[in-house]
Amino acid sequence: MSTLDTLSPMEAGRLPRNAPLFVGVAALAAGALVVVLGGSLVLGAVTAALVFIIALPLWSAVVENRRAAVDRLVTGLVWTAFAVALVPLIWLVWMVLDRGLATINPEFLTYSMRSVIGDEQGGLYHALMGTIVITLIATAISVPVGIFAAIYLIEYGKGTKMSRAITFLVDVMTGIPSIVAGLFAFAMFALILGPTRFGLAGGIALTLLMIPTVVRSTEEMLKLVPDDLREASYALGVPKWRTIAKVVLPTSVAGIVTGVVLAISRVIGETAPLLVAAGFTNNLNTNPVDGSMMTLPVFIFTQFGQATEKGYSYAWGGALVLIVIVMLLNLTARIVGKIFAPKTGR
Amino acid sequence: MTSTVDAPPDASPPEIPELEGKTTVGDRVFRALAVAAGSLIMIALAAVFIFLAIEGAPGFTADEQHYDGKGSFIGLVVPLVFGTTYAAVLALLIAVPFAIGIALFVSHYAPRRVAKPLGFVIDLLAAVPSVVFGLWGGLALGPYIRPLHEWLHNTLGFLPFFDGQPSATGRTLLTASIVLAIMILPIITALCREIFSQTPTLHEEAALALGATRWEMIRYAVFPYARSGMVSAIMLGLGRALGETMAVAMVLSSSPIIVLDIITSDNPRTIAAHIAQNYKETTPEKVAVLIACGLVLFAFTFGVNALARWIVGRGERKQAA
Repeated sequence: MSTLDTLSPMEAGRLPRNAPLFVGVAALAAGALVVVLGGSLVLGAVTAALVFIIALPLWSAVVENRRAAVDRLVTGLVWTAFAVALVPLIWLVWMVLDRGLATINPEFLTYSMRSVIGDEQGGLYHALMGTIVITLIATAISVPVGIFAAIYLIEYGKGTKMSRAITFLVDVMTGIPSIVAGLFAFAMFALILGPTRFGLAGGIALTLLMIPTVVRSTEEMLKLVPDDLREASYALGVPKWRTIAKVVLPTSVAGIVTGVVLAISRVIGETAPLLVAAGFTNNLNTNPVDGSMMTLPVFIFTQFGQATEKGYSYAWGGALVLIVIVMLLNLTARIVGKIFAPKTGR
Repeated sequence: MTSTVDAPPDASPPEIPELEGKTTVGDRVFRALAVAAGSLIMIALAAVFIFLAIEGAPGFTADEQHYDGKGSFIGLVVPLVFGTTYAAVLALLIAVPFAIGIALFVSHYAPRRVAKPLGFVIDLLAAVPSVVFGLWGGLALGPYIRPLHEWLHNTLGFLPFFDGQPSATGRTLLTASIVLAIMILPIITALCREIFSQTPTLHEEAALALGATRWEMIRYAVFPYARSGMVSAIMLGLGRALGETMAVAMVLSSSPIIVLDIITSDNPRTIAAHIAQNYKETTPEKVAVLIACGLVLFAFTFGVNALARWIVGRGERKQAA
């Protein structure tokens, strides 16, 4: 009692500052004990987390009060939520690296699966080519359409009925399930040519998924361009289109490129629409208007579907190649964004 | 240099100078391009609906044999809608607590300096292609959490969700829902994070000044402010989960049935997985049935997303008022 009386009211009934650290060490020790006693590593980790989440609030409830204990409980839960979310990410990346690296060799990258039977060496060259062709088609269509639509929304149609309608529809397009986009491309060409699957249809399907992302990011970037720049240009007698082409777009080009690259990295991993619209094949086909075209995601899916050891390892190899491409695109986007960051003077 | 200058100043109200410079041929072309791009988007969306409707219409009333032994379109689509909803709701149940926790972690708990990079790490989850998630779910996660299935069966077996024989492969609806949950986690987290960090600092500081703990501050200042945003984030996550194909198609061995059990090897199938599993189909009638299913999925996700946006809009109006 006497020691408490000598403490200032601010310090009375508080846990020491490094209490979480103490409990953390104790929790780790408890987890280690479980592992030593023969539990699995996961069981140990779960024990440690539980001890940490429960022990600190209990201690707090004894020394401090109920409110402080609840606060510490929530803090523990929030940190745990974040830690748990990291588990699948690390696990997945590790699996893909581990299994993928075991599969990848020069032949795997340069052979197709054409008449590969049994344990013969095959590869994903045809899928890689197909992915490149189809993604290029999708990019070539959706980038101009997306950028001009964004220009319309920001520069020409502000507040008009049509621009409100477009904004709404872009919202709707963002929510289209990817497989429905594939069905659309398939249905459209089926109506004209009968039910066939080919690369261009896959490209159209991806376009539908890519346009909303491009419109959205470009719109955001155009909004960032200060009106002063536009007005200065108008004041010099520059026509509107030249103002857009020479002032507005160059100012925001970094952001637009970043947005486009991110949009590409998003659609390049799409599987379902390509499965439906572009089909699958074991042969190299670079002609987008003739016959099925293989793509990386579909390659992974079909190899997985073989349900053989070889199929699984090829699927992991394909997954590694696909993830590397996606990560490279993401990295490019960030570097472009950093180097050419919009110079708004702020 | 002609008419406007020569005219007497009081003859007519002076022409308001065109702020946007003079109109030239280039201008008209540019404007036309912009309008065309905008119109193309509108046409594209209309086309999606029209083509799906034309090609899918025969699928609603095809011969019995084309419905995978289910007799009629309703007989096929009802179990599929059930499976779609069931899987998505389970995924939400798993993802939402984590998403809100992580969003709070990034916006209010993590040390300022590392908060942004840590948020970026969660965004990385969104960059992983769905087919890779499916691969991981089917080959790594499923077999790994088989003991969890057995534990659930033994301890909670009296519940209808866990009373069947646990699957030997771990490729069950439970596993698929976990994979789905991981896939929708980044979008819900990102939206919640955005909303949480927009809470007026004055509200937060007022709560803290009244002696609230950090949790009480979040409960009484952040959550009320963010409620509509959180709901719409969850709805958008639901929309994403409803339309996601590969995770379910690759993890589950499924069929169009209605069962509540989530740990056995008899699993309900989702619409998207049903379409993906029949992707080789070229018989016109069967294709029509698949497209009709796609149309149902489209309408379903459209409804969910529209509801989400309506909630956001209502929240904004309330705050504006």
